[in-house]
Amino acid sequence: MTFQHPDLTKLLFGRLTLDAIPYHEPILIVTFIGVAIGAAAVLGLITYYRKWGYLWHEWFTSVDHKKIGIMYIVLALVMLLRGFADALMMRAQQAVAFGPHEGYLPAEHYDQIFTAHGTIMIFFVAMPFITGLINFVMPLQIGSRDVAFPFLNNFSYWMTVAGAILVMASLFIGSFARTGWLAYPPLSEIATSPDSGVDYWIWGLQIAGVGTTLSGINMIATIVKMRAPGMTMMKMPIFTWTALCANVLIVAAFPVLTATLALLTLDRYAGTHFFTNDLGGNYMMYVNLIWVWGHPEVYILVLPAFGVFSEVTSTFSRKRLFGYASMVYATVVITVLSYLVWLHHFFTMGSGASVNSFFGITTMIISIPTGAKIFNWMFTMYRGRIVFDVPMLWVVAFIVTFAIGGMTGVLLAVPPADFALHNSLFLIAHFHNVIIGGVLFGMFAGVNYWFPKAFGFRLDAFWGKVSFWFWVVGFYFAFMPLYLLGLMGVTRRLRHFDDPSLQIWFEIAAFGAVLILIGIAAMIVQIAVSIMRRDQLRDGSGDIWHGRTLEWSTSSPPPPYNFAFTPVVHDVDTWWQMKQHHWRRPVQGFLPIHMPKNTGTGVYLAVLSFIFGFAMVWYMWLLAAVSFVAVLAVGIHHTFNYNRDYYITADEVSRVEAARVGA
Amino acid sequence: MSMKALRGLLLLALALALTGCHTVLMSPSGDVARQQRDLIIIALVLMLIIVVPVIVATLVFAWRYRASNEKAAYDPEWDHSTIVELMIWSAPLLIIIALGAVTWVSTHKLDPYRPLDRLSNGQAVPADVKPLEVDVVALDWKWLFIYPEQNVAVVNELAAPVDRPIHFNLTASTVMNSFFIPALAGQIYAMPGMQTTLQAVINKPGDYWGFSANYSGAGFSYMNFTFHGMSEDDFAKWVAKAKTQGVGTLDQDTYAKLEAPSQQEPVRYYGSVAPGLYRSILNRCVQPGPHCMNMLRVPESDGGGEASSTSESHAAMPMAHPQ
Amino acid sequence: MSDMTMTASGDGAQEALTFHVIDDRHPENGTLLGFWLYLMSDCLVFACLFATYGVLGREYAGGPSAKEVLELPIVAVNTTLLLLSSITYGFAVLEMQVNRRGPMMAWLIVTWLLGAGFITLELTEFAHLVSIGAGPQRSAFLSSFFTLVGTHGLHVTCGLIWMIVLLVQVGKKGLTHANKRRLMCLSMFWHFLDVVWVGVFSFVYLMGVLS
Repeated sequence: MTFQHPDLTKLLFGRLTLDAIPYHEPILIVTFIGVAIGAAAVLGLITYYRKWGYLWHEWFTSVDHKKIGIMYIVLALVMLLRGFADALMMRAQQAVAFGPHEGYLPAEHYDQIFTAHGTIMIFFVAMPFITGLINFVMPLQIGSRDVAFPFLNNFSYWMTVAGAILVMASLFIGSFARTGWLAYPPLSEIATSPDSGVDYWIWGLQIAGVGTTLSGINMIATIVKMRAPGMTMMKMPIFTWTALCANVLIVAAFPVLTATLALLTLDRYAGTHFFTNDLGGNYMMYVNLIWVWGHPEVYILVLPAFGVFSEVTSTFSRKRLFGYASMVYATVVITVLSYLVWLHHFFTMGSGASVNSFFGITTMIISIPTGAKIFNWMFTMYRGRIVFDVPMLWVVAFIVTFAIGGMTGVLLAVPPADFALHNSLFLIAHFHNVIIGGVLFGMFAGVNYWFPKAFGFRLDAFWGKVSFWFWVVGFYFAFMPLYLLGLMGVTRRLRHFDDPSLQIWFEIAAFGAVLILIGIAAMIVQIAVSIMRRDQLRDGSGDIWHGRTLEWSTSSPPPPYNFAFTPVVHDVDTWWQMKQHHWRRPVQGFLPIHMPKNTGTGVYLAVLSFIFGFAMVWYMWLLAAVSFVAVLAVGIHHTFNYNRDYYITADEVSRVEAARVGA
Repeated sequence: MSMKALRGLLLLALALALTGCHTVLMSPSGDVARQQRDLIIIALVLMLIIVVPVIVATLVFAWRYRASNEKAAYDPEWDHSTIVELMIWSAPLLIIIALGAVTWVSTHKLDPYRPLDRLSNGQAVPADVKPLEVDVVALDWKWLFIYPEQNVAVVNELAAPVDRPIHFNLTASTVMNSFFIPALAGQIYAMPGMQTTLQAVINKPGDYWGFSANYSGAGFSYMNFTFHGMSEDDFAKWVAKAKTQGVGTLDQDTYAKLEAPSQQEPVRYYGSVAPGLYRSILNRCVQPGPHCMNMLRVPESDGGGEASSTSESHAAMPMAHPQ
Repeated sequence: MSDMTMTASGDGAQEALTFHVIDDRHPENGTLLGFWLYLMSDCLVFACLFATYGVLGREYAGGPSAKEVLELPIVAVNTTLLLLSSITYGFAVLEMQVNRRGPMMAWLIVTWLLGAGFITLELTEFAHLVSIGAGPQRSAFLSSFFTLVGTHGLHVTCGLIWMIVLLVQVGKKGLTHANKRRLMCLSMFWHFLDVVWVGVFSFVYLMGVLS
C-alpha cells in the first residue's frame, strides 16, 4: 500500500509531515504552550532540586506495590484534568451553539473532543484509579509483603502510562479519532476515517491494555496465593473480594478487547474485511465483541468502588459490615451476570423481540444483587456511631446518587423504552450518574480514606468538604438537565442545535460543570494544603480511622516489607479483633526479609512500546520494525538477569520496627 | 410519617416533570411512541417504590446514627439478621419480576418489526388499510425517503397521512445512523448493506422533528429533517407537489451525486425513482462492481441466505444475519 | 457467618488466639498459576478469533470457498509435526525432572525442529494461497482464516524464540530452580498451542473441506 514510493523520507517518517502539527488551530496552540510551560516548570524544578535520581531509583523503577499504586493514582489525577478539560469544552460548545451561532468548535475538533473524553475517562482515569487503589491496598489487606509478580506490576504501570502518552500525543501531532469512544466501524474503517486518529486510539488502548491484562493476572495470583494464614475466602476483607472479582473480569474481558482491536487494526493496515461494508465484512460483529468487553468493563470499574464503600461504611459507622456473606454473593453474582447483558447497548440494531427481552431482563436481574448491596450499606449504618469524616460523606452522596443512576439504568434496559431513550442525553446522564456517582465518588472516598496510610498524614478535611460539596452539587446541576433533555428527544454528540428552547438546560449543565471544576480545584488545594500542613495532620499510630482490616495494623506509611511478621487471621475484621484482644506487635526475633530488586526494564519496555505505537500510527515501518525487535530484545535480555532479589537484614527490620511510634 | 410525605412530594415532582414540561417523549403524537411513554412511566413508578424508600432511609439512618447522637442505639457487633437479609433480596426481586414481565410483554408488543394492530388506544387497524411503504436511506449527511407506491423520492423531508400505518424499510450508504422521530416512535439503526424495519403511525397532524440519533461523522449535527403528519388529502397534495417540483428522476447517476458527503442539504424532490433503486442501494450495488453484495452472496442450501429479498425478515441476532 | 459471630462473642475462649508468626513465607507455584491465568486470557483471544471465523467463515464474497483452497494432506502432515513436538517436549520435561541436562536439551532441539517444520509448512501454505489470489484481502472468509491460523502460527513462532532463549539459559546456568520453572511454563504454553491447533484443525480444515 504505502510501499509504492519507497523513498527515504517515506521510510523514515511514513505519513508524518509538518502538516500534522496543528499550528493553524489557536486552541491547540494555546494548550500546547500551556502544557509546554507546565512541563518545563515541572522538569526544571525536578532538575533544580536534583530529584531525578530520587524519582528514578525510588519511584520509576520501584517494584513496591505501594509506590506503583500511588503512581497509578497520580496518573489518574493528571488524566482527570485532561478528560475534564474536554468535558468543559463540550459543555461550553453545547451551551452556545444554537441557531445562527455555530459555537467555537468546528466539527473536526469537537468530534475529537468527545471521543477523547470518553476514552481518557474510562481507560486512563477510572482504570488507573481502581488499579492504583487495588495495588496499594489489597496486598496490605491480605497481610502480604508484595504482589505475586512485582516486576510485572511495574511493567504494567508503565505500559498504561505509554498508552496514555500516546493518546495525549495526538493532541499536538496529528489528530485523535473522531468516531466516539468505541470507534464503531464502518465509521472507524480506513474508507471513512483515513487519517491517524483511529490509529492513535487503537495503539493507545492496545498498549495500555497489555498492562491492564497483566496487572489483572498479577492481582488474581496475589489474592489466590498470598493471603495470610487463616484468611479463608470468606474471611477476606470485602475490598479484596471486589478486587478479586474485578480482576477476574479484567482477565476474562480484556482479551476480547485485544482481539477486537487487533481485527480492526488488520482491517485498517492490512486490508482485511472483518468489519468493512464490502466483501463479506460484518461490522455488527465488532459492536457485539466490543460490548462483550465493554459491559464487564463497567463492573470492573464499579466493583472495587463498592468495596471501598463497604470498608468506609463499616469503619466510620464503628460497626461490623452488615451481611458480609450476602455482600460476597452479590459481588460474585454481578461478576457472572455482567457477561450476559452486552446486547442491551444496541437493542436498536434490530434484533428480534425475544433476544432483546432476554438481554433486557438479564440486565434487570443485575439490579437485584446491586440493590442488596445498597441495603447492606444502609443496615451497616443502622445502629452505628457514624463519624462524618470526608470518606463517609462520599458514601452517603454515593448511595443517593447511585440509587437514581441505577433506576434510570434499569429503565434503559426495557427495550421499548430504550428505543426512545437510546443514544439520548438521558443515556449520557444515566452513565455519568453511575460512573461519577459510583466509581469516581468511590475513588475519592478511597483516596481520602487511605491517603494517611500511604503518606503518614491525613488530607485536610476542610478542603475535602469544600471539594465534596462542589462536586456533588455540581454533579446534580450538570446531569439532571441532561435527563430532561433526553426526554425532549435530544441525542448525544451533537455539536449544534436549532431549537432555542433547549438552551437554558444546556446552560444549567454548563454551570454544573463549572461547579465541578471548582470541586476539582478544591481537591488540588486540599492536597497542596495537606502537604504544607503535614506536621499538624500527621498520624503516628498507623490506625487513624480506627480501622478494621490488616492494612491499619502496620505503620503509616508502611515499611517496604509491609509486615515484619506474618499476620494470622481469625476474622474478617482481623485488625479490629486484634485490638479487642489487646494484641502487642512483636519488637524482636525478626528474620531477614526476602525482597525483589528495583529494575528499569519496565520503563525501557514501555518507552520502546510507545515508540512502536507512534511509528505504527504514522506508518514509519522502519522505526516500527526496529522498536518491535528492541522490545523483544530488552524483554529477553531481562530474563537473563537472575540476580533479582536481596535481603533486608533482621537488624534492619528490628531498627525500623523499633523506630515506630508507640513501640 | 415524614417518609410518606416525602414520597408523595417526590411522586408529585415526578408527575410534574413528566407531564408539565411537555417534553416530546412524554407527550408524543404517534401511538407507538405513546405506548413507549406509558411504559417508561410504569417502569419508573415500579422502581420508585423501592428507590424512594432507600434514599429516604439512607438519609434518615445517616442522620439518626450520627456519632454525636448519644441517644441512638449502638450495636457494633450486629451484622446479620435472616429476616432483614431475606427482605433485602426479595424486595428488589419482586420488583424485577414485575418489571421483567412487563418487559417481556411490551418488547414483543412494541417490536418494530411487528405489523401494527391498532391505530391508537381502542382503534384497531381497519382490515382494508394497507400500510404506507417508505424506504429510508441514511446518506452522508442527509436522509433520502423513497415512496415506492407514489414513485417519488424526497431528501430531508418526510410526510405521512395520519392514522394510517407506516412501514419503513431502512438502510444506509456508508456508516451506521439511527432513524428517530421522537413524536412518532422509537428509533432504529439504519445500516449499510443491511435492512431494518420500523412500523409506526402518526395520530395528530403537525410538523415533527426527525434526525439521526447515532453519530455518523462530521455532518452529523445537521442530519435533521421535518416529518409532516397530514390528512389524506393534504398528503395527496404533497405527493403531487413532489411530482411537479421534482428535479427529475432519481436514478443511478443522480443517486451517485446525491450520495457524496454533503451537509445542510435543502429539501429536494424527485418526481420519479428508477425501479429497484432502493434494493440496489441495500445490496450496495448501485454502481455495478466487485462490491455488489447480491452478486457475491452464495445462496446457502439451508435457506438461510437470500434474507435480503424479503423485507419482513428480522435481523434476528445481528451477528448471525447480515442482510 | 456462624464462625464470625462466634469469634466476636466468645471472648473468654479466644484469649489464646495467635495473631502473628515470624517466618519466611513464600507462596508455592505462584508463577505457574499466573502463567495459567495468562494462557486462559490467551484462550479468550483465540475464542474471539474462532467466533469471528464462525461468523465470517462462509462469507466468500464471490471468492474461493474453504473447500476450494484448503488442502488436507499438507495440514495432516502439519498436525502430525505439532502433535509429535508436544510428545517430544514431554520427553524433555521427563529428562528435566531427573536433572539430565544433555538429553533434556536434545529433546528440546527435536521439539524446536518439529515446530520449525510446522511453521515452514504453514508459511508455504499461506504463500500458495496468496499466489492464487486467495489472500486475506479477498474476502471476509479469507481474512478470518488467515487471522485465526496466523495468530496460532505467531504463537508457535514466539514459542520457538522462547525455546532458543531457554536452551541458551539452560546451557549457561544449568537446570536451576528458575530455569525449571521457565521450562514448565513453556511446556504449558506449547501444549496449549497444541490444543488450540486441534481446534483449528477440526473447526477450520476438517469442517471446511469435508462439509
